[in-house]
Amino acid sequence: MSEHAMNFMPSEGFRARSKEVVENPFLRQSFRGAMDFLINKRITQFPSAEELETLRTLGEQIRQYNLGKLPTLLVQLEESLTRNGIQVHWAETPDEANAIILGICQKHSAKLMVKGKSMVSEEIELNHACEAAGIEAMESDMGEYIVQLAGEKPSHIIMPAIHKTKEEIARLFHEKVEGVDYTDNVDELIQIGRKVLREKFLVADIGLSGVNFAVAETGTLCLVENEGNGRLSTTAPPVHIAITGIEKIVEKLDHVPPLLSLLTRSATGQNISTYFNMISGPRKADEKDGPTEVHLVLLDNGRTQAYADEQLRKTLQCIRCGACMNHCPVYTRIGGHAYGTTYPGPIGKIISPHMLGLDATKTMATASTLCGACGEVCPVKIPIPDLLMRLREESFSEPHVAWAMVYRSPSLYKVATWLGSRFNWLTPSNQGPWTSVRTPLKPAPKRLRDLLKERA
Amino acid sequence: MSARDRILAKLNAAPVLPKAAPEIAAWYQTHRGTESTAEKAARFRACIEFAHAEVYAVSHASWPQKLWEVLTAKKVEKLLVAPGTTHGQRAISVLSESGITCRGYEQSIEDWKEEMFHDIPASLTAARGAIAETGTLVLWPDAHEPRLMSLVPPIHIVLLDANTIHNTFYEVMSNEGWGIESQSAMPTNALLISGPSKTADIQVTLAYGAHGPKELVVLLIGEEA
Repeated sequence: MSEHAMNFMPSEGFRARSKEVVENPFLRQSFRGAMDFLINKRITQFPSAEELETLRTLGEQIRQYNLGKLPTLLVQLEESLTRNGIQVHWAETPDEANAIILGICQKHSAKLMVKGKSMVSEEIELNHACEAAGIEAMESDMGEYIVQLAGEKPSHIIMPAIHKTKEEIARLFHEKVEGVDYTDNVDELIQIGRKVLREKFLVADIGLSGVNFAVAETGTLCLVENEGNGRLSTTAPPVHIAITGIEKIVEKLDHVPPLLSLLTRSATGQNISTYFNMISGPRKADEKDGPTEVHLVLLDNGRTQAYADEQLRKTLQCIRCGACMNHCPVYTRIGGHAYGTTYPGPIGKIISPHMLGLDATKTMATASTLCGACGEVCPVKIPIPDLLMRLREESFSEPHVAWAMVYRSPSLYKVATWLGSRFNWLTPSNQGPWTSVRTPLKPAPKRLRDLLKERA
Repeated sequence: MSARDRILAKLNAAPVLPKAAPEIAAWYQTHRGTESTAEKAARFRACIEFAHAEVYAVSHASWPQKLWEVLTAKKVEKLLVAPGTTHGQRAISVLSESGITCRGYEQSIEDWKEEMFHDIPASLTAARGAIAETGTLVLWPDAHEPRLMSLVPPIHIVLLDANTIHNTFYEVMSNEGWGIESQSAMPTNALLISGPSKTADIQVTLAYGAHGPKELVVLLIGEEA
């Protein structure tokens, strides 16, 4: 495990970071506005509740079927990819994954890597590893590019720069991009990004991307995107390295259409993304472009731990659409950065404990109202609220002995409630977060059993 | 023990019960009824136009004329075409008389990457087929029409035969036998394209022409035009 992962305690400071966002009306407005937009866009994509329900059930079946034979499928995927000329690497930890990627870069004496959007590369902190090795890693997704320029991290898995206003981005471009005048016209800002990044695509030595679905039978890596930077990253440079978690695998090609439909409709409310890019091999002898080398890095990083348990395994059904965060009342109020983890929001709360340990992430599962919205919108029916309850239970290792005893014994309960009602004047007026906005909790002067006795 | 062996050992150690195979064909059977070519073409057109593509109804005879009109209207003086294809040949013969330069993609990209990125305003490729439900073009780049041809030039013009439009993505791959060696083994790169490049990464404001083509033009060959 990397030093970073061992010492990283997102739980610490979670409260302080949340407070900061909650008290910032501009950030509140950014998130509320964007999440409402995405919620409404999604609704328009699912006009039939019945179709949505049967499609979600199908999505759940596809993911569970494939997870059910995950080890077999991984071996099959490796065989198919190798047959197609794609080199497969396995990594248990972020450090191992970084070492593999840097090794490939160094073999090619690479100086510049352009990156399509990849949350797994965020998970392993690839950009830091590249920097340390003297390789420039350049994000090319517009949102990721903005976040990288600002020296920040994504605050949403689909919309990385959603916490920024266009005025902030305008100032950022003006300060950080050479020869750019201040403009807060969104079209102009995008064209500035396009111009800068085109020159990078032209000269980059390595293209890095994530993977949305890996098809075991055909050895195909599928990528979903709107901008074209994913296609450029995987096509223009001479070497393409893809990285994915081991769970993103499906057995057959026809498992892809239902998942693709669920993914784009749930994520951004599009019936399909602008591009769906299916890569099944490097450039062939008679072809004129495409990378001459393609690599796939398969990353564990805690996924095998989730896999070991029937209930927790459901976490791995995730297709990373982000609908759970869009619909989460907590995420909408505190934004993505407060969580302190690569994956924020409801999915972050259930996946991060496997990556960083339960100790480091234990307050996260409590940052939920258990309203159930995340589970209701999940396109592959991950029971997120149940999993949050499970993690809450597990994170409190010392059982509340006295509490349990009182509730188990009728006579003890009788005595305890009698004491509570007689000495209710002893309850403190300051009861921590509860009394910051509420009146103190106090046992009633008469117990329920006393009231019932009076009635009789 | 390698990382591979350790990962596989951990997965194999988990108590996993096999799950029934998903019934995908059955779901799609009830999903959408069969439509005529004209109905599919209309649905395709409505969807891809909604995504900001331009669509022109043309015939086998008339498309080169429309191509010329589109290029002239957009003031394009140079077009990247595939001389090794019949449609490429037709485009070259029609356009060469009109003063529009046709450039073929004849060398490896390494030999002309600069020019491709800086000096090619538009390209013409054929689509292998399309999907009505989502307004999607299906392209399988090959030696004649390589991957970057539909990606780097700011204007991408696509020739599509209405008879090759399917209802759904599932229908395309099952009808054509994608991934089956004897029918349609997967190419190195298969693409679904559903409009010009776009992004909503700045304040969820939609902007076109992010990294790929800024404009997508479809010449839809049907019977009516």
